[in-house]
Parts: sequence; structure tokens; C-alpha cells
Amino acid sequence: MRTQKIISSSVFQKYLMAASGLGLVGFVITHLLGNLLLYRSEGTAFNNYAHGLEGLGGLLYAAEFGLLGIAILHVIVALTLTLKKRRARSTGYSSVLRSKGGKSKSNLSSRYMAVSGSILLIFIVLHVIHFKYGPGIAEGYSVDIKGETARDLHRYVVEEFQKPLYVGLYAGVMVFLGFHLRHGFWSAFQSLGTNSPKYSKPIYALGVALALLLSTGFLCIPLWIYFGASR
Amino acid sequence: MSNTPANPSAKSDPAKLAKLMTLNLRVWRQKSPKEAGKFAAYTLKGVSPNMSFLEMLDLLNEGLHHSGDAPVEFDSDCREGICGSCSCMINGQAHGPELGTATCQLYMRKFKDGDTIVIEPWRATAFPLVRDLVVDRSALDRIISAGGYTSVKVGPHAEPNSMLVSKDNAEKAMDAAACIGCGACVAACPNGSASLFTAAKITHLSLLPQGKVESHRRSYRMVTQMDEEGFGHCTNIGECQSACPKDISIDTIATMRREYMKAIVKS
Ligand code: FES
Repeated sequence: MRTQKIISSSVFQKYLMAASGLGLVGFVITHLLGNLLLYRSEGTAFNNYAHGLEGLGGLLYAAEFGLLGIAILHVIVALTLTLKKRRARSTGYSSVLRSKGGKSKSNLSSRYMAVSGSILLIFIVLHVIHFKYGPGIAEGYSVDIKGETARDLHRYVVEEFQKPLYVGLYAGVMVFLGFHLRHGFWSAFQSLGTNSPKYSKPIYALGVALALLLSTGFLCIPLWIYFGASR
Repeated sequence: MSNTPANPSAKSDPAKLAKLMTLNLRVWRQKSPKEAGKFAAYTLKGVSPNMSFLEMLDLLNEGLHHSGDAPVEFDSDCREGICGSCSCMINGQAHGPELGTATCQLYMRKFKDGDTIVIEPWRATAFPLVRDLVVDRSALDRIISAGGYTSVKVGPHAEPNSMLVSKDNAEKAMDAAACIGCGACVAACPNGSASLFTAAKITHLSLLPQGKVESHRRSYRMVTQMDEEGFGHCTNIGECQSACPKDISIDTIATMRREYMKAIVKS
């Protein structure tokens, strides 16, 4: 009874939201680090990296399942909390709620976390289908790595980012990633209760820097490839 | 009374005192929780910039009374920003545009002649509407009853050096204790959350020796009650701390979450 109450409490739900969110941030950081190899025009390094990941076998599956679990948790908690919001104000205001400024952290990122989050969710599903389950060796995207036939993911990525639609879409979504992280990173620490007058400001600044770095890091990849800088 | 000493501020700015304003008010009128409410439009003449917002509503009510209409119901008591009774959503801002100010301490000089002011009650499912601008905020009282007290007997005057409170903690506790329980945090929160209120009380008591004794039980009980009352969740937007007439910081919300975590781990 007590355990049930604790788990469903608004404070505990925020712990879950924060922990899963930070887990996802960790993944996004490693993902970008790997993808930095795409800034090289010659695809061997990137293909080697991709092949190396596949070579992890069971370990990779475990990591993927873990990641999927974390992502699902993040989405489910977000949904429950959003539904709670509706119930908490059944009759709304006629005038639009206007921020009073001051120390409020009310801005486009903090107010529209659900919107940026939904866009990211849809994007992630499509992105995984697009690249992870996209054409491989059987479709002719093959390359020889130390005598083994491996998937030429680099060529596929470069080809896909010759299409203006994909370039625009990928770059556009990354802006939302930045918005989501700008509030989300700091918010996670606030939800876990680690913030104090001393740390709150530096953590917020770190979140903004991380949001900027990650979103521009990803955003520039399709642009870089499209405008031929990699050739 | 010609020998009344002149108000010094009026002397420095006689134009302000002289220039009365005419305002267009849109006020939420609702006879009872069951009946549907709607906005009523009033043009109010003769509003002095030196009136408080509630005095302006008094002026409106005087006029309504003379014309035989029912006055607009609103809450107020101390009218000096310490009781937490007043509560108006003014143009989409809890307690109006000024930071760190309750409606009763908001002066009409913040508005201009000819302004339109939309006045609504606090909106939250946990704050059922009673009439016009009056809502029932007893949900906050129930959160307090759930754990916002100390039940240890501290006896008569204790020897002060036997239990030291650091200056830092004393100040933090005092800042949190400034909460007057008006509910502006709930009203301004896009999620209708009462986190700032609950957190202020938990922080205040957890920092002092009398409150430490029950701190785990308290944070668990108060958070549980807060959820049961149907308040929303907190997304750390921090609009509550800007709406708070007592400038209570959302650092207290981080403290509440730490206290709650301790409550889970230690019991
Ligand atoms: S009437 Fe007491 S705080 Fe405004």
C-alpha cells in the first residue's frame, strides 16, 4: 500500500522521469561521439565503428533493450503526468497565462516539453527504421573490412543526405532536441533534488551548453554531407 | 479637515493623485458552483492610482450596490500582504503584474487610464469555485493537517546553546516560512501543481530542530495528501516562484524531493 503510494506519487514519478531522461542524454552523447566520424569524407572509420558495434553481439542487444526500456519508461511517465495536468485544471483560464518574468524558467522549451518530446519520439522511430533497418549488404551496400563483408552504412548515409527533404527533416528535428534538452537537463537535477542555490545556476548553464552542442553537432552532419564538404 | 498633513508622495507627484482613471473591467461572475459563470463588463470611473487593487474592487462594488446589483465577491482580510486571503488572476497573472506582491498590495498606478483588466478566480480542480472570484482553498489546509506541524513537546524556554541552528539554516527556514498559503503558485502553474506550497512547508520545518524529528513522516504524508487533493505535477517551469508574493524559491522544491527520497530510504 505504502510502496504503491510512493511509486505513484508525483515526486517519485519525477525521479523516474529524471533518471530515464539522464540515461537518454548519456546515449545521445555517445551517439554523437560515434557520428562525429561522419564528418570524415572517407567512410572506412565510420563503417569500422558500425561494424565493431555489430560485432558486440549479445552485449549490443542488451544495451539496445536497456535503452528501449528507458525510452519507454520516459514516454509512459510523461504521458501519465500530462494526463494529470488535464485533470488538475478542469476549467481553464479565459485569459492566457502570462509569465511574470522574474526568476521564472518559463520559456518555449519548458512550456512545450510535451511537443518537443512527441516530435523526438516520432523522429526516433522513423530514424531507426530509416538507418538501422535500412538497406544493407543484400541491397549492395557492402564493403570489405579486413576480409569480412560488412554493411557500407557510410555510403547509404551519404546517399540519403543528398535528398533535400531528409536533410531538412533531420536538421529541423535537431532544433527540437536542443529545446528539449535545454529545459530537460536542468530539470532532471531539480527533480532528483540535487539542486541547491549553489548548484542550480551552473547546472542550468551546463544544460544550455549541452543542448547547443548536441543539437548543432547532429544538425550539421546532414548539412555537411549535403553541401559536399565531406567530399 | 484642511489641516491634514499632505501625503508626501502626493506632494512629490501631485499629477498622479489628481488624475483619476477610467478602467474597463471584465470580471468573472458566477453565482454558485452549480450555475454557469460568465464575464461581466464594467466601466469604472474615478479610480485613483493610489488605490490598491482591492480598493478598486470596493469602488466597483459600491457602484453595484447603489444600482441594486450583487457585489463582486472576492477574498480579503489583512490587506497588507500577510494573511494570504486575497487571490485574483489579473490579466492572466496571479496577483497581477508586480513581482513579490499580493493583490491587496498591488496599486492601481501599475495600470493606465483606459486599460482593460480581466479578473478571474484561481483555476484548479482542487480549488472549487465558491462564488465569483472566491475559491475554496481548504485543500492547502488539508496538506498542512497531514504533516505540516511539529508534535514534539519542546518544553518551556530551552537553553539556546544546547541546540544550535546555523545562521544559514535559520535564514532558509525563515524564507520558506514566509509562505502565506494564498495558492498563487497553484494558480500560476501551467500544471496546477501545489509543489511550491508543500515544499515551502516541508523545507521550513525540516531545517529546524523541532521539525527534524518527524521530517520523514512529514514529507511522505504531505506529498501523499497533495497528490490526493488532485493537484498537478511539477515540470520545473518555475512560474510559481515568480507568482509567489513572498518570493519563495523553487530551491525548496528540490529540498522537498530530497526529503521525500530520505523518507523512502530511511523508513
Ligand atoms: S488580504 Fe491578506 S494578503 Fe492580501
